[in-house]
Amino acid sequence: MNIVEFSLLVWVASVLAGFLGSLTGLGGGIIITPVLTLALGVDIRYAIGASLVSVIATSSGAAAAYVREGFSNIRIGMFLEIATTLGALGGALLATKMPTSAISIIFGLALLYSAYASSRPRPKPPGDCVPNPLATRLKMNSVYPTSDGPVGYCPQAVPAGFSLMFGAGVLSGLLGIGSGAVKVIAMDQAMRLPFKVSTTTSNFMIGVTAAASAGVYMSRGYINPGLAMPVMLGVVSGSLVGARLLAEAKTKWLRIVFGVVIAIMAFEMIYHGVTGRL
Amino acid sequence: MAGETRRWTDQVVEVWIGNLLRAGVILSAGVVLFGACVYLVRHGHELPHYRVFVGTPKDLRTVSGIWRNVLAFRGQGLIQLGLLLLIATPVARVAFSVVAFAVERDRLYVAVTLLVLAILTYSLMGGRL
Repeated sequence: MNIVEFSLLVWVASVLAGFLGSLTGLGGGIIITPVLTLALGVDIRYAIGASLVSVIATSSGAAAAYVREGFSNIRIGMFLEIATTLGALGGALLATKMPTSAISIIFGLALLYSAYASSRPRPKPPGDCVPNPLATRLKMNSVYPTSDGPVGYCPQAVPAGFSLMFGAGVLSGLLGIGSGAVKVIAMDQAMRLPFKVSTTTSNFMIGVTAAASAGVYMSRGYINPGLAMPVMLGVVSGSLVGARLLAEAKTKWLRIVFGVVIAIMAFEMIYHGVTGRL
Repeated sequence: MAGETRRWTDQVVEVWIGNLLRAGVILSAGVVLFGACVYLVRHGHELPHYRVFVGTPKDLRTVSGIWRNVLAFRGQGLIQLGLLLLIATPVARVAFSVVAFAVERDRLYVAVTLLVLAILTYSLMGGRL
């Protein structure tokens, strides 16, 4: 297989990953690394470098569509970015020190968690709430549009959300993923934000978080042009098509199928890590 | 009423930034695609070598090295330039937010955003301790 054929194969796989990732809300980055390493035998360090690049592309590309709806809270996002960028920087530096077998095992566990988290129902948006003093001082209370007009919300547990975000950043930097699942947990469960606010704010944060590890990846030689090129172009085109279809698609069965595929890949990653074959 | 105004200003700024980000992605994808054509025409018949990690060549890891490759019209340099542009889009967004918060005279968030920008800059310098 020469470079043209290899690039074409990676591009097709990335289109599929971007398409399914945007339809299911899991993001394309989380499945491109297992596909590259397990099916195409790429070293995991090159794979996470290419995946990280595609994460930035999908986050930035989707931002324009998300902001028009008026759900994202830029103050909450920016404040939590302190935690995610610091975490991502630490995670990326950790990735350069850690054996690839350990990265593979952690990747498998993160995949399992994402599959589990995406299959669970989202919590109901909180009703009336009491403003939290710290959140108020940080000007995080806001309103979001609903069919019954603007509804107010007041974030809770800022320190808990901040700590979880640091963890999300570490995972993102270590594995080259967006770790949207952990970000959404931090905002949904800990800070009690309405889920439309947490989803869109999380998308905004993913690109900035990924950029924080990209510098480290670039200088350590993880971002290889020949590999990142088909991955980035493929994931971008796939997620554009997926976002178009999102409104009309019935995503429930798709989520189940995707969840099973992810679980299988997760066990493969863990198995390869334990046996040291990656 | 003050809250309403803030909300409105935020919204206008956000729409601007959203369009800026999309333009960044389209531009970088265009540069990567152009670089891909040059790269594949010249090196397409060679064999891929991603099974063993040796790291990207040193001159494709730094901004100055990438720029030299772009001036020499090398495909891999052009692809890396596109990827650098892509990495720069969220950074530009954060920089833009500093200005937006300054216009709103929100000193707390100017400080928060500057801190995020500092962390990003540190990483883009390679994250050396």
